[in-house]
Amino acid sequence: MLVKQISVFLENKTGRLAEVTGTLGSNKINIRALSIADTTDFGILRLIVNNPAMAYQLLKEQGFTVSETDVIAVEIDDSPGGLSRVLRLMDENKINIEYLYAFLEKKEEAALVVFRVEEIERAIETLQKNNITVLKGAQVYEL
Amino acid sequence: MYFSTELETIERNELEVLQLERLQQLVKRVYENVPFYQEKLSELGIKPDDIQSLSDLQRLPFTTKQDLRDQYPFGLFATSRENIVRLHASSGTTGNPTVVGYTKNDIENWKELMARSLTSYGATPSSVVQNAYGYGLFTGGLGVHYGAEHLGATVVPISGGNTKRQIKLMQDFGTEVLCCTPSYALFIAEVLEESGIPRESLNLKTGVFGAEPWSEKMRQEIEDRLQIDAFDIYGLSEIMGPGVAAECKEKDGLHIFEDHFIPEIIDPDTCEVLPYGAEGELVITTITKEGIPLLRYRTRDITRLTIDPCSCGRSHVKMKRVTGRSDDMLIIRGVNVFPSQVESVLLSIGDTEPHYLLVVNRVGTLDTLEILVEVSESMFSDKIKRLEQLERKIRQELDSILGIAAKIRLVEPKTIERSEGKAKRILDKRKI
Repeated sequence: MLVKQISVFLENKTGRLAEVTGTLGSNKINIRALSIADTTDFGILRLIVNNPAMAYQLLKEQGFTVSETDVIAVEIDDSPGGLSRVLRLMDENKINIEYLYAFLEKKEEAALVVFRVEEIERAIETLQKNNITVLKGAQVYEL
Repeated sequence: MYFSTELETIERNELEVLQLERLQQLVKRVYENVPFYQEKLSELGIKPDDIQSLSDLQRLPFTTKQDLRDQYPFGLFATSRENIVRLHASSGTTGNPTVVGYTKNDIENWKELMARSLTSYGATPSSVVQNAYGYGLFTGGLGVHYGAEHLGATVVPISGGNTKRQIKLMQDFGTEVLCCTPSYALFIAEVLEESGIPRESLNLKTGVFGAEPWSEKMRQEIEDRLQIDAFDIYGLSEIMGPGVAAECKEKDGLHIFEDHFIPEIIDPDTCEVLPYGAEGELVITTITKEGIPLLRYRTRDITRLTIDPCSCGRSHVKMKRVTGRSDDMLIIRGVNVFPSQVESVLLSIGDTEPHYLLVVNRVGTLDTLEILVEVSESMFSDKIKRLEQLERKIRQELDSILGIAAKIRLVEPKTIERSEGKAKRILDKRKI
């Protein structure tokens, strides 16, 4: 049920993001989802890719500061109120969300939301108990 | 004008007699009272009686700042704690601060030398002296204070900061002599100009500036903007504090008070003693101090000594303006900063050896310190919060150790230039 996310430290300098995506692209690594959190001086690039282990290795070799983090990918209805339902559930169960970002599934009428939470096992359990689909890593990489 | 005419204009041969006598007493004193020196002298096979001429000074061991730290707190004191009437200490370092102690007699001598310095700049017993050096463990404030009182001047012990109030008191008290760091003098000038206070409302004539490096260009600027005579003063707590050396009206080098200190210039790499005129590291032996007398203290300050007769009539050698350091110490807003201090803070936070760079700049009149830290994998987190905490922690720990606020900037690995051999830890962009 865990999805590996690759996080990369980036200074706010022109061209840095292009270097990351360039490295991944030329090695046939496909980006499934991406988000950037930034401050004045630096940003953190978060990536879900089809081959996280290889992406991690490649970026590391390129001299980037990289880390691998476990996140969860949750399928929600791509309709008004879909995200809200999941968030309310998390809130009711006191599951603290560090950050989240969303992306759309291509074929089905569903959206995927990536959650980074402290208590990952409990979060999965809670979501599943309430009939919310939590995707396996392999499912997400192959989207 | 002299404060102690006889001693300040003493003939060189008479001075040398006095110096030798005091040097002999000094070596005897440290040999008998400081185990550290007894051991060092014994290792070199030197007995106090072996000091027969001033050239024997060169046989004596050097003392370093590290020695003071290693002997923390009182290991280098040559008298019992009961005889110490005052303690000063450096702002603190990664390890131990350097502590210095003064006997009553030491304070008397310090007062005397500081009074000589002020007189050399033109201050008189009727002057009002505004002392904007920091009071406290730092030697600047109290050193100037006691000296100015000893001269008989009127002291305004205002310490640093609160610039509007500084200016008001200058106006109201008719301050003639301002003592502070040169960058603070420029800041006062700025505030004066901004607030539109007419220069004529001030009675300011003289500035006594030290505790940080400055240049002729900066002197010119201070003199133009504040319309005063600006003088350089030299000192360091290990030797005494302000008043080890002072400029005269010639403004071309500082007379080192040689009846209390014997200066030498050495090659910092080979430790070979260099002749007058050669540039090198200043080494000072304190020949009258009782509390913490030092043999051949390596100041790490780079300068030159000249012995040419001076038009002011003082016979003591002159040292030129300090042009740099033979170690990597930085002076930022009067605070001594070593890259190693930054390094130990970073080491205590991450678990890998950090790459970092200290970038020093001068914005307006204020020195700024920015520290670039390469983010290692052990420091990195996918959470912004965590990285911001890291920045804050580094900033707070540095602030508590150095006493100055630095901006921390996290940078990507390998972005700080690697150099062959010794790592480059400092980028000093100040145009002093």
